Amino acid sequence: MTDDNALDEQASPERAGLPENTGLPERTGLPAHIAALIGEPQYPETATFSVEMSYAYNTLSATENGNPLYWKPDVADRLTHGMTMPVSTLSLWMRPHRWEPGATTEQVALKAHFDLKEQLDLPEAIMSDNTMILHEPVRPGDVISHHQVLRSISDPKTTKLGTGRFWVIDVEYHNQNGELVGVESYTGFGYKRTAPSTSEVNS
Amino acid sequence: MNLPTSASTDQTGTGGITLDQAVAGTALPQLSYDVSATTVVLGALASRDWRPMHHDYKFATERNGTPDIFLNTPNLAAWFERFITDWTGPRGRIGRMKFRMRDSVYPGDQMVFAGTVSCSEIDETGCGWASLDISVSVGDRLCCTCTASVALPTDKNDNPWARKSGDWKP
Repeated sequence: MTDDNALDEQASPERAGLPENTGLPERTGLPAHIAALIGEPQYPETATFSVEMSYAYNTLSATENGNPLYWKPDVADRLTHGMTMPVSTLSLWMRPHRWEPGATTEQVALKAHFDLKEQLDLPEAIMSDNTMILHEPVRPGDVISHHQVLRSISDPKTTKLGTGRFWVIDVEYHNQNGELVGVESYTGFGYKRTAPSTSEVNS
Repeated sequence: MNLPTSASTDQTGTGGITLDQAVAGTALPQLSYDVSATTVVLGALASRDWRPMHHDYKFATERNGTPDIFLNTPNLAAWFERFITDWTGPRGRIGRMKFRMRDSVYPGDQMVFAGTVSCSEIDETGCGWASLDISVSVGDRLCCTCTASVALPTDKNDNPWARKSGDWKP
């Protein structure tokens, strides 16, 4: 649960003792340059590869999903006027290669999350809720673009994990025609671990 | 090896359920699946998630302190999609999914998806929606909860996939 993975942190809110209501509108003590990011689109990017059915089959195979909409072109023609991607693969088409020419570090998704950790000096983070809203279907050959929007940051909060702040980041995905294909919303908690008590250290 | 249970009983795309069959309280057919290390790794790589806790046992156990590698969240989303569309058939169009991780799913676990219809309605555009409450459990351990909205045909001639932006309000 200490690992940085914006899309798949290990700790759960329940296990961590996180509140259901994170009080996100509050911003006490937030540096002005970070507060200024709220509502501003960040990191507009376009995928370096196009959407392809062959990669989607990996997801369908991994979940043994036999939905004929994705396996039978005649069904896809009838219902969706051609093949479409499994809707749950929305973020797949913007997830970076782990390495690509010119890269000096591991490529990561959701950079706004990592920025907040660094700028607020909160070395650990978890993600709790993930919401996916699906619009126009993604099709083979599409080239997806996205940008990230920091929606809110909470006041400092103390949980069983430590002290830090909650934040909500939306990621909006569009196709090459500018059509909205989906929005994902992530709630994260960046924190510093609570120092163990003397008795815990000695136990 | 799990038997292929995905429904795809409707191979023609003409079947599946309609909104009138999504009555509040209706239970979705349960899905059980025996998770192996291959399940975890296949799902992680299929979702382009290269993080080591989804394929490296030593990293997961020694760095993350977890009992084993574990299913990644994007792959769980794909399992939710399968669970929902196994029930709806191919004309079911998912509009929204919100999920919260509570615990992890590891190799050796049998994960069980269960769900019920919480309500159904027709919105102002005439689109039929079923709201679902879904859970993933391993034994007594609740691992993930999900609420989802899926558009269903209001009759046998309706096709939610034909809706474009103005008529599609997920």
